[in-house]
Amino acid sequence: MTDLEEYRRRARAWLEANTRDLPPDPDLATARAFMARLHDAGYSGITWPTAYGGQGLSAAEERAFQQAARDLTLPIGVFGIGLGMCGPTLLSLGTEEQKRRYLPPLLRGEEIWCQLFSEPGAGSDVASLQTRAVRDGDCWVVNGQKVWTSVARQADLGLLIARTDPDVPKHRGITMFIVDMHAPGVTVRPLRDMTGEAHFNEVYFDDVRIPADRVVGEVNGGWRAAVTTLLHERVSIGTGAARTERPASFAAVSRAARERGLLADPAVRDRLVDLYLRERAFDLFNARLAQEVKAGIDPGARGSVAKLLLAELTLDSAGIAAEILGPRAVAYGGHGEGRIARALSWAPGMALGGGTNEIMRNIIGDRVLGLPREPQVDRDVPFRDLKVGTQAKRADAERPAAKDTGGKDTGGKDAGGMDTGGKDAGETGAGAKEAGR
Amino acid sequence: MRLILSEEQRDLAATVRAFLADTAPMARVREIAESDEPYDREAWRRMAEELGLTGLAIPEAYGGAGAGHAEVAVVMEELGAALTPTPYFASAVLAANLLLAAGDEQAAGDLLPGIASGGTVATFAVPLPGEPPPRATRGGRLDGSLPCVLDGAAADLILVAADLDGAPALFAVEGGERTPLTTLDLTRPQARVDLDGTPGRRIAAADPRAAVAHALDLAAVALAAEQLGGMRRCLDAIVEYAKLRVQFGRYIGSFQAVKHRLADMHCTVEQAESIVRYAAWAADESPEELPVAAAFAQSFLGPAYFQVAKDHLLLHGGIGFTWEHDAHLYYKRAKTDELLLGAPRHHRARLAERLGLLP
Repeated sequence: MTDLEEYRRRARAWLEANTRDLPPDPDLATARAFMARLHDAGYSGITWPTAYGGQGLSAAEERAFQQAARDLTLPIGVFGIGLGMCGPTLLSLGTEEQKRRYLPPLLRGEEIWCQLFSEPGAGSDVASLQTRAVRDGDCWVVNGQKVWTSVARQADLGLLIARTDPDVPKHRGITMFIVDMHAPGVTVRPLRDMTGEAHFNEVYFDDVRIPADRVVGEVNGGWRAAVTTLLHERVSIGTGAARTERPASFAAVSRAARERGLLADPAVRDRLVDLYLRERAFDLFNARLAQEVKAGIDPGARGSVAKLLLAELTLDSAGIAAEILGPRAVAYGGHGEGRIARALSWAPGMALGGGTNEIMRNIIGDRVLGLPREPQVDRDVPFRDLKVGTQAKRADAERPAAKDTGGKDTGGKDAGGMDTGGKDAGETGAGAKEAGR
Repeated sequence: MRLILSEEQRDLAATVRAFLADTAPMARVREIAESDEPYDREAWRRMAEELGLTGLAIPEAYGGAGAGHAEVAVVMEELGAALTPTPYFASAVLAANLLLAAGDEQAAGDLLPGIASGGTVATFAVPLPGEPPPRATRGGRLDGSLPCVLDGAAADLILVAADLDGAPALFAVEGGERTPLTTLDLTRPQARVDLDGTPGRRIAAADPRAAVAHALDLAAVALAAEQLGGMRRCLDAIVEYAKLRVQFGRYIGSFQAVKHRLADMHCTVEQAESIVRYAAWAADESPEELPVAAAFAQSFLGPAYFQVAKDHLLLHGGIGFTWEHDAHLYYKRAKTDELLLGAPRHHRARLAERLGLLP
């Protein structure tokens, strides 16, 4: 047995022993306690440096652990954004003091993180965000609103991006901060989504003071930092969900079809074949991507392919399941059909959170295929002159002459310049990552 | 499960790609396609003699190199990208695999070395749904008509699944009246073969039906690799064109209507590659998975290649509809490939059956 196999075997044994007695719907205290045990056992932050509470091991051990945990549901969803996005962002951009202060408690489950990017007026175009941060002595004072924030109610800390200079173009005047979610002036309101539940939140900032040493990266260099965070998000949504249970999976739907005696219908069999093709192709792509990464091939922006395919699979598989199971699929309760009703209700979220399907296609076109970008009419315009969010109406009222900068004047330049190098520009499409997956 | 190419396989791909670019560039492909030549004899000779491709997966005992189906898939991918008119699929894949699957050592010893060396061009008349098989007599005479046999005019040897006293039996036929057909895809000739008391050599097989099914599963995997090679070449070509072609003062690739379709095509190719690698791995390493993997590969790859080839043609605009442009060659190959081993509905029905989706 190789060392790696031994590592996996021991991880598996630990996981089996420590997940056996978990309640089916673990509360926050249970989640924190589990995370602490996970850390004590050496399975939290496997690839992170030991100086920050990690294990300092390689990606091979991380994969071995993931394999060992593959069919288990660990109660660590509430830490997902911290572990998958905020932590990695701090690892690459944080100061030494920030890493020493924030990473160990994150790995031990003592502090929960959320991500504060999207705003009502800044969805696909996150860089047009309007939340302001103004310097005042040793602090920054923040005012504004964020939306689609997962785990904000539980979070102790947040990774925030806010506008620090409205006089420069939108991508160049943003700064990333670590914000204390318990600070005065932070208000969290649950956002009831189409499932009827509140998986996300709105977060309001009223004169919230953030000490100046909580800036992540450079002042006005927050866009690059946000792009780093979002790439982590896409990889974790696209590939992570491969492990989560799918209520409209081929296995589940074909079992249900058999139980109801529907397999005699060739149309049902053919729809099941469709479901199999889509699901298996997605799984094999993810498996190949993982093997490529293991072999040292940089996946680049191909996490966006996984994210787009998963979004389409989620929508389509719920639709196929509903067609096969018929009227009872839209009724909750009873013979498990509630699962399909819930899946139908959840499915659009997968196609919107973490960047819409349209934004994913832009990213695949621009960054994977290297296609010329669309002309960007707002790229070199100072932020305060843009039609953005609540600023749009004001811009229309005050500066009717300046409202149409598009098309003829900047379009020609971009089309002629074959602008593919502007990694700092363009849409990135932030969004919320669902809680508790 | 291995889903990425080994270093040796990448080397093989690069060798074949360079060879085809040099020996059989598109101008040469068109020259052969528009002539009476059934295939590129010079490319075929050099593929056999210099690269040893014709016997790649044939065991060494029969004069081959004893490589795996994954290596054959690598070759098929390159042939599919280059559209090279050769009988590789008919001879080295279909016929060779059927002779091996039948398990008739005498016949294999007599026939496979010629196929391995490329000296014998063989093919297999793939049984078509709804078409009655030729009838065979105990004396080894065959009667019947084979409406469209791949490389049927040029083949020295045609393997036939015939009906002998109500049971399937395999024969190798050298004769028969061969009528070349005008085909949609000029790079992939077919012929009608009429058998009228034509003598055939009986190929003994413990279970002829199973041997045919296994050979067709392996062919489905190899064909999927060819489809992958073709679709990737289409995507690369249209992406390049979208970066060069200007309309309305912009590169057309900057329009979302074009960009988003190209992104979807890329997603299709990513999935197709994953499926082909998996199916080729299953063919070599996990035979019990092959029946599902083969039906899965054809169910997905056939329509996917046609979709990509069609969009590749359409996104070129009017130039894509001209004879001079290569787009129609891929479009026609994609449709032909989609139907070659049976229409997608047959592969889907097979897949449903093999997944246990039966009442």
